Amino acid sequence: MNNLLWLIPALPLAGFLILVAAGKHLSNKLVALTGVGSISLAAVVTIIVGFNFLSSPPEGGAYAQTLWTWMDVAGFSPKIALSLDSLSLVFIFVITFIGSLIHIYSAGFMAADKDYSRFFACMNLFVFSMLVLVLADNLLLMYLGWEGVGLCSYLLIGFWYENPANGYAARKAFVITRIGDTAMALGLFTIYYQFGTLVMSEITATAPSVWQSNSSIATVTALLLLAGGMGKSAQLPLQTWLPDAMAGPSPVSALIHAATMVTAGVYLIARMHVLFELSATAQMIVAVVGAVTLLVAGFSALTQYDIKRVLAYSTISQIGYMFLALGVGAWTAAIFHFMAHAFFKALLFLAAGAIIEALGHEHSMFKMGGLKDKMPVVFWTFLIGAASLSALPLVSAGFYSKDQILWYAWASDKGSPLLWLTAFLGAFTTAAYTTRMMILTFLGDSKTGIGHHPGKLMTIPLIVLAFFSVVAGFIELPHNFGHFTLFSDLLHGVLPSTVLRADESSEWKFQLLAFVATFGGIYLVFIYYYREPYKIERLRESPSFQWLYRFWHGGWGFDRLFDLVFVTPFVFLAKINKRDVVDRFYEGIASVTNHLYRLLSATQTGSLRWYIMGMVIGAIIILGLQIML
Amino acid sequence: MILVWLIGILMGGGTAALVLGQWNKTIPRWIALVTVLTGFLLILIFWMDQYQTIDEHSADVWLIDFKRDWILSFGISFHLAIDGLSLLLLVLTGFLGILAVLCSWKEITERTGFYYFNLLWILVGVSGVFMAMDLFLFYFFWEVMLIPMYFLIGIWGSENRIYAAYKFFIFTQASGLLMLLAILGLYFIHGQNTGIYTFNYFELLGTVIPSGTGLWLMMGFFVAFAVKLPVFPFHTWLPDAHSEAPTAGSLILAGLLLKTGAYGLLRFVIPLFPVAAAQMALPAMILGVIGIVYGAVLAYSQTDLKRLVAFTSVSHMGFVLTGIFAFNELAFQGVVMQLVTHAISTGALFIMAGMIKERLHTRDINQMGGLWSRMPKMGAIGLLFAMASLGLPGLGNFIAEFLILLGAFKVSIWITVIATLGLIFSAVYSLRIVQKIFWGPQDGYGNIRDFSLREILVMTVLTLSIVGLGLYPQPVIDTASPAIHKLVLLLEADKSNIGKEIKYQESYVR
Amino acid sequence: MNSSVSTEIVMLLAGLLFVLGITGVVIRKNIIFMLLSVEIMLNASGLAFIAAGARWGQPDGQVMFIFILAMAAAEVSIGLALILQIYHQHKSLDIDKLREMNG
Repeated sequence: MNNLLWLIPALPLAGFLILVAAGKHLSNKLVALTGVGSISLAAVVTIIVGFNFLSSPPEGGAYAQTLWTWMDVAGFSPKIALSLDSLSLVFIFVITFIGSLIHIYSAGFMAADKDYSRFFACMNLFVFSMLVLVLADNLLLMYLGWEGVGLCSYLLIGFWYENPANGYAARKAFVITRIGDTAMALGLFTIYYQFGTLVMSEITATAPSVWQSNSSIATVTALLLLAGGMGKSAQLPLQTWLPDAMAGPSPVSALIHAATMVTAGVYLIARMHVLFELSATAQMIVAVVGAVTLLVAGFSALTQYDIKRVLAYSTISQIGYMFLALGVGAWTAAIFHFMAHAFFKALLFLAAGAIIEALGHEHSMFKMGGLKDKMPVVFWTFLIGAASLSALPLVSAGFYSKDQILWYAWASDKGSPLLWLTAFLGAFTTAAYTTRMMILTFLGDSKTGIGHHPGKLMTIPLIVLAFFSVVAGFIELPHNFGHFTLFSDLLHGVLPSTVLRADESSEWKFQLLAFVATFGGIYLVFIYYYREPYKIERLRESPSFQWLYRFWHGGWGFDRLFDLVFVTPFVFLAKINKRDVVDRFYEGIASVTNHLYRLLSATQTGSLRWYIMGMVIGAIIILGLQIML
Repeated sequence: MILVWLIGILMGGGTAALVLGQWNKTIPRWIALVTVLTGFLLILIFWMDQYQTIDEHSADVWLIDFKRDWILSFGISFHLAIDGLSLLLLVLTGFLGILAVLCSWKEITERTGFYYFNLLWILVGVSGVFMAMDLFLFYFFWEVMLIPMYFLIGIWGSENRIYAAYKFFIFTQASGLLMLLAILGLYFIHGQNTGIYTFNYFELLGTVIPSGTGLWLMMGFFVAFAVKLPVFPFHTWLPDAHSEAPTAGSLILAGLLLKTGAYGLLRFVIPLFPVAAAQMALPAMILGVIGIVYGAVLAYSQTDLKRLVAFTSVSHMGFVLTGIFAFNELAFQGVVMQLVTHAISTGALFIMAGMIKERLHTRDINQMGGLWSRMPKMGAIGLLFAMASLGLPGLGNFIAEFLILLGAFKVSIWITVIATLGLIFSAVYSLRIVQKIFWGPQDGYGNIRDFSLREILVMTVLTLSIVGLGLYPQPVIDTASPAIHKLVLLLEADKSNIGKEIKYQESYVR
Repeated sequence: MNSSVSTEIVMLLAGLLFVLGITGVVIRKNIIFMLLSVEIMLNASGLAFIAAGARWGQPDGQVMFIFILAMAAAEVSIGLALILQIYHQHKSLDIDKLREMNG
């Protein structure tokens, strides 16, 4: 079954090619069939391959398949080769499975759009690139997928290109992620000259013997890779593109900007975990970046009006949790949270998309309200997703994954009370903004009329995702209830287990505190926004609160800072130099020549006598000189 | 003989087009098409034939060597020879020649005979430059390439064509004269050393030159090629020439004429003056990096589409210069790839600019917008080539830039770090092209049509080649590798001679 | 051969004739007179050649004079033809009215 591996990315690619070549001539039904079918087939192949992988684990823990040698120059010979181990298996499962659900949803969601085939073409290309990213056996091929998903993200954020704002949001996303990508390219160069190869399994195998622990080269390389991850995964300070990326259609936000692409950074760090383990500094920076991001984005999410922007900030925050987990060495916990997050965040985005569409493209939560009874399916599925996001104890996948991270932030040998405290505060804000979103959207009075209800194509994926948002948590249970470790066992072939410094027996205390954070957040918002709304009105009147509100709403001023420091000077320099200052030099030479020409041409009067006089005077001067000297 | 045939066919075709163009306006383009097709097939078949036998490590890298006496008393011979590098560039010449004829098909309606005469004679000059192994002959072809181009810009260009044509001519001519001086200097030094006065490249190769003089002679060549490439302070002719030239003119300028500069550096500057070139390496790499960043920033600020693309060429050629003076095999192969892929991607963008101008009668991108909804095919292709020019993996330019940067990283980390800034800036300007032309609200243009069959044909070929080169660049790499290998060996032999004159920063290199 | 006239005197005469010619060319407005003055200058130089040839006893001076004669004849024929053309086109022989070729 090993030889089926190439089919997994090839099927979406085939779908893309068909849609690009013939999309204009196919009916909408055929377009949807191609678009959805290719991904679904890939999902089926994934299941077959995955089943094989689990039932008869390959030697060395990975299936490998070399397709062809990409290039071969002076010993540098990266191959187009795929490799499947348990880490990639988790990712391709999430990508193809959630991907196909989102494609099904899109078939309904985009039905009225005139560019139906373009949408599916881009989505298929995205899935292809993402699969290449996680299946690549070397960093260069991974870089191909890495940039490919960036391109697709660009195309899909700017999908409704007629509005220039969407185009600019798309460009911002591409350029900011490219900054990270460039750093990552430098990381690739360093790795190549250090190890003489870009094949990931070889790098991870030889790194501990080549590099000393905590050597500066290890730190620099790890940080360069981290910069790449920060760009793609929207971590501080490269997070500003993700909220704007919500300009794309909702399925795009669900697939690319929640479930898959933005977690590429998590994948990269997990994949190259050996390099990070060699540098305590780099790993600490990963943890700090994650911790700061999760808090910053969490507070921003509290103050948004646009339902999709709340979810966007929430995504940044949740990926912050994953980075934190990676930083404290809780590798499997990060991947577990990735999977749970993919389910519930895709669900939330799709449900939000259904609401937005039903209300006639209304994004503001303050104009929603009262949707509980009007859209029951959406309400219940959204509720399940929200419960998972706010880590409602025991019944949600989000609880099990996030609780694990909270615990490791304290208990891992790289953890610290401060990291735990930020994560704890983050859990509190998560619960708070989630509840706020639920209340504003579904409770209270209805403010906007419903256009049309979502069809079956859209609701069925919601229900399936809601099911997994609950169930996915049960494959990995804490030791004090159940101690079920299916997920981490699967990954332990690739990722090391976490080293603890604290005793497992104290874990229940932290679980209790997590309970408190979640319920505290929910309760507080419930009081302020629903029970006694006058309280929030009174709070709004104080100037310091208003300032803070605006500061958080604007994403902590990062956009303005970058505008001031990078964008404005660049545009200014480009503008003043539009006519190329170097050319002034050559034009100067030209104008000197021109002046000389004018001076000398004044002597050419056209009068014959003038010329003869000139000749005579010249002759006299020459003769005179001859005689005198 | 095949080389002589190639030149003969192009010359004959051009002259025939000129003569027969007196009677009929459409005959010349057919003659030109048949001529370039024949030339292209000839060289392509030769490549196919030779591809299997190319061996990286063979000592004799020359595939063909044709020599006849020309002016014996001055030691001038009619000497043509090609190795893999020249072969690739000749294939490229034929390929772009076909595209140039095809994209002039409807655009040129006046004095067609003289137009195609000029077009084909430029190709004569370019292919001559790629095969001449006698410095006098090389200089001859170098000038042959120049004059028809001057007419092409000056007669069939747009509003400001006379200015652009003069600027182009003066820049290239002045720098060409410096090269002539350097050639003569080399000729006399070699003559005094050995008593044999000759312009033959192979005999001049081992000339022992006093180091001070060597630097000056090298500078003569370097400046000529740097102007053609163009390198940072000498680039200002390029935007004017590109933006005023007719589409085929821009295509050939970007695709072929710039490449002769890089070819000259690889073929003449490094092998003839290895010591002086090594002294020049660091400044040249810095100039290259300045070009990368400067070109990209200027490209961002332009509003004239063709000018914008012209500045992207400055940026991309900065990569070429950096790569050449990194002096290692990775970077050299990257340079060769960059020559090929830049010709394709930038050529495609120029062709597209021509097509847009044909429809909207403007090159100002502020007056465009929303073209995707009217012309989805052009939109998709435009997007693809914008992506190629920002170096998206999977397209040929990525391989080129990655190899160049990888090679340069070995030599100087900081220069490479600044060069990678070019990757970010290229994203900024490329996306600006997409945003301004294809996205945004659409204005009322009236009825504009999408690609015609001829345009689809041109663009499909370009698309297939750029994607093909991005996923499987090995044919190009293999073909160039014997020549590149020899160059590297030469430099290595030399490095051991001059000892500490090159300071390689190899701190990160194990 | 002893000549009664010294070479210096003849050279002086040639110089005077030459200056006379130049003066004519410079001050006359009529092209025909200017042409005549040019002829005087040519003859002045011819005279100088003859005198120098006689002084050194060489035939070269006379050879040069024959050259000058032939050239003067050609010049006059072409010059007169040009003058005729100018007169046809401009209805004037005034050199100051023909200042067209100024830089």
